[in-house]
Order: sequence, then structure tokens, then C-alpha cells
Amino acid sequence: MEKILPQFILQAVEQVQMGSILIGIYIFFLAAFLGYHLITRVPPLLHTPLMSLTNAISAISIVGAMTIAGMKHDTFTTILGTIAVLAASINAVGGYIITERTLRMFKGRGGGKK
Amino acid sequence: MSPQVINLFYFIAALCFILGIKGMTDPKTARLGNIIAAVGMTVAVIGTLLKKEIVGYELIAIGFLVGGVIGTLISLFIPLTRLPERIALSHAFGGLAASLVGIAEYYRHGAEMGSIKIAAIGFEVLFGSITFTGSLIAFGKLSEILPSPPITYKFQNQSNILLFVITVAIWIYLIFYPGASHIFYTMVGLAFLIGILIVLPIGGADMPVVICLLNSYAGLAASATGFVLENNILIIAGALDGGSGFILAILMSRAMNRSFANVLFGAFGAVSSESKQKQEEFYAGKVKVTTPEEVAYLLENARLVVVAPGYGLAVSQAQFVLGELAKVLKSKGVDVKFAIHPVAGRMPGHMNVLLAEAGVPYEDLLELEPSNAILPEADVAIVVGANDVVNPLAREDKSSPIAGMPILDVDRARTVVIIKRSLAPGFAGVPNPLFIKENSLMLFADAKQALQEILNNIKGVVSRLH
Repeated sequence: MEKILPQFILQAVEQVQMGSILIGIYIFFLAAFLGYHLITRVPPLLHTPLMSLTNAISAISIVGAMTIAGMKHDTFTTILGTIAVLAASINAVGGYIITERTLRMFKGRGGGKK
Repeated sequence: MSPQVINLFYFIAALCFILGIKGMTDPKTARLGNIIAAVGMTVAVIGTLLKKEIVGYELIAIGFLVGGVIGTLISLFIPLTRLPERIALSHAFGGLAASLVGIAEYYRHGAEMGSIKIAAIGFEVLFGSITFTGSLIAFGKLSEILPSPPITYKFQNQSNILLFVITVAIWIYLIFYPGASHIFYTMVGLAFLIGILIVLPIGGADMPVVICLLNSYAGLAASATGFVLENNILIIAGALDGGSGFILAILMSRAMNRSFANVLFGAFGAVSSESKQKQEEFYAGKVKVTTPEEVAYLLENARLVVVAPGYGLAVSQAQFVLGELAKVLKSKGVDVKFAIHPVAGRMPGHMNVLLAEAGVPYEDLLELEPSNAILPEADVAIVVGANDVVNPLAREDKSSPIAGMPILDVDRARTVVIIKRSLAPGFAGVPNPLFIKENSLMLFADAKQALQEILNNIKGVVSRLH
């Protein structure tokens, strides 16, 4: 078998057997499926805050950025990591504030803040 | 801290994100949902700080503080009418973060990477970079730093497609030869360029679709980061964001009855001067002009008034006057509803945010179908700063560029008042037969000024301009 298949396919098979990638794909599709069902239930009324909230959630890249900035592997990656932390923090912090600000505006007929 | 404990933090964060989005399915739970999602983010950040790999905290702290302060300041002080720009800008930051993480990972491991990992890094960097520059162009267009109509040139689509094919070819090449670092950085550069070039030919009114797509790309880039770092929370959060943006993009393009391909490559809304002259002939002598006094009279004597707002409402910042007008009319026993077209404005839900800001209760903001159900019973329909979304051509003329687009049937109301500065065509560049219908009245004025005069007349205040 080794003779027929190119190296990269063997490598890929090995990695899939290791499991982490396959589990990752599992998780991705389960999350996407769940997300699909939740998001189709969000009324158009809330589409703007939904977008700013999911944008804030995707600032989870901060987790990767922090790891690279804090690892101090070498100067180049540390600088990239720090800039990435900065960019992701703008969304991570700002995203929730702007969502809250927007949602505070939506009031029901009773005039109560809901 | 051991990886198992950190994974527990991430697990809690993932649950919080899902519950947070679930909160958004109802306006009553939306604020709670936002708080839960924010808690999730905090948990994920704390968990990451406990990682063994992290040896220095200064740079993280600096990046976080500077970014946090910038994010807080922008979010606290930006006027809500500029929300589309702020959302475009935040997609740019999200894309940049993902792209930089990918580049750093490549720099660290480059040649020794397995083919799947290099594929994931390539995906992450491609989507991250395209999102970064594409969102910056979208931001420029929305804030009118750049011209909002499509910017076109010869062989634009062909050259963009060629560029894209080359970039994908490089990505595939890297899977075979991960060590080719010059090729990798060329790919990054090309991705930045593609982001710029694909958004330039997209016009202002197509922005809702583009913003949603960029939102989706930012999420997919984050998800790819998860594959690279073998971190499940990134995969989950990225999938949620990517899925959400994609669904919204589908809803938006469906609301225009156009395909993604048409939105992205159609350079829609580039109006030629020849058609402008045709439009003048189209309207010649058939338009009935009205006055604020007459509109005030009509409104006071109506039972049901339906308002159809468009981007013009945001441009003239007329939402507060409109909100007050609705309140005054209601106090006189007139029922007022708002008919919201999904693509009215520059982002999904734009009109809802504006009107909520003006104190309109959300029960009065109707979606397309319920609006069309009550419009035949309306005594007066007022169109404020909208054009294409109320154009009956979409129903009647199969050859029109907006054919088949679901519209608000304002022409079915007993009287239609259209507040508009001129007869200039909407984004689609087609004339609007609504303006010359039997039951249509045109009020040529800036939306805010016109609404203010109508309001003054109803309140019995003598208008300043008379």
C-alpha cells in the first residue's frame, strides 16, 4: 500500500487515525447543525444584535492569540500574537457592549426594559 | 493547570455561547443571552491564562488592555446610526486576529507540518486575510470614505476569478510542499488583495449580504484556527459564527431574489446616464405632488397607518421624528405599524435598531409577510427613504433587474405617501411605477424635515417654514 499511495495521503490517514482531526470535524458539524437550528429561530427583529453577538463570540480567536503571545517562542510570532490579542480584544470586549447597547433599545409595548 | 481542567473551562464557555445565541431567539431573553455569552468569553480567557505553555503575561496584558479600551470606547460612543460600519470594522479585526495566529503557527512549525494541518492553516489564513481587507473596504464604503456605488473596470470578474484560482492552486501546492515559505507568504499577500478586489465592485445596497458573508468568513477562519491549534472551543464558536453569518446571507439574498453569485459578481446598481433620461420621460407629467399639511390631514383621519422605512431614514437621521409622529398619532387613536423589509438599510435588522432607538415598541415592527397582510386595510402607507423594496415592477415586470424580489405592497393601501428628495432611481437603477400610481402622492423633501413639518401640522404648531 505504501508504494501506491503518495506520501501525503498516508500522512493524512495517519492523522485521522490519531483522531484529533476527525473529532474536530465531528464537533464542527454538530456545532454548525445546532447553530443552524438556533439561528433560524432568531426573529429578523434581532438580526443586528445577533450579528454583533456572534461577532463577539468569534473573537474567541483571542484564545489562540494569547497562547502565541504568551509562549514567547521567538520575537516574530510574539509580535504577531500580541497584535492578534489586541485585534481580538477589541471585538471580545466591544462586541458585548454594543450588543447590550442595541438590545437596551428594544422595548415592548409596556415600555419596560426587556 | 492540567489540560483536562482547562478543557473543562472551554466546555463551560461553549455551553455559554450556545445558550447565549439561544437567548437571541426572543427579545425578552436577548439581553440575558448576551450576558451569558460574555461570561463564556471570560471563562475561556481565564482558562487560557492557566495554560502551561504561557510563560509571559505582560504582552497579553498590554494587547488585552489596549484592545479592550479601544473596543469599549468605540462601542460606547459610536452613534447607533453608524452600527453597520462598526460591525464591518469588527469583522476586519476578527479576520486579522485569525490570520495572524495562522501566520505565527506557520512560522513556528512550517515545514514539519502534516498535510491536514497545513491545509487548515492555509484555510485559516486565506479566510482571515480576505475577511480583513474585504471588511476594511466594506467599512470604507459604509462610512463613505470610499464611494458607495460599485467600482468597476474591464475584465474585473475574470481577473478576480483568475487571482482566486491562483491562490487556491498555491494552497493546494502547500499541502504537498509545506516547507515552501515564500509561496506561503505570497498566498497571504494574494488573499489580502482578493479581499479588496471582491468588495470594490459591490454597491451600497448589497452591503447586507456582504456583511453577512464576511461575518461568516470571520467565523470559519476562527474555526480553522481551532483545527490548527487542536482547540475545540475555537471550532465550536467559529462554527456558530460561520453558520450564523451564512444563514443571514442566505436570508438577505433571498429577500432580494438574487443569488450569491449575482450579488458578488453582478456589480449591481451601476447606473448608465442613458437610462436616467428614460426615467425622466417615464415620470413626465404623471406625478402628483403633495404638501405636509395635506399629509397631516390624511394621517389624522386614518384608522391604520403603515410606515415603510428605508436607508433614507438612516441617512437623514429621521427616526426620532418618525417615532414621535407615531406616538402622537397613536394618542389620537390612529393605529401605526412599521413594515420592515429584510434588506431595508445596510445590514440585517438595520431599520429595527433605528426605530427601537426612537422608542417604537417592537410589537409594532412587522416583518414582510404580516406587513403585506395588513397593507390592503391601511388608509395611508408612508414610504420614507425607501425605493426598490416598494417597487411594484418586482411583481409585474419579469424582465426588470428586481423581478421576483419580494416587496412591501404599499400600493395596495388606500393612499400612498412617498417622502423622497427627488425622483432619482433607487439602487437597482430602475424607475418606480409606484410614484405615478393613481393613489400615490409624492412629498419631495428631506425625510426628517418633511416628517417634522407633518408632525407640527398635526400638533397644531405653525410650521417654521411658512
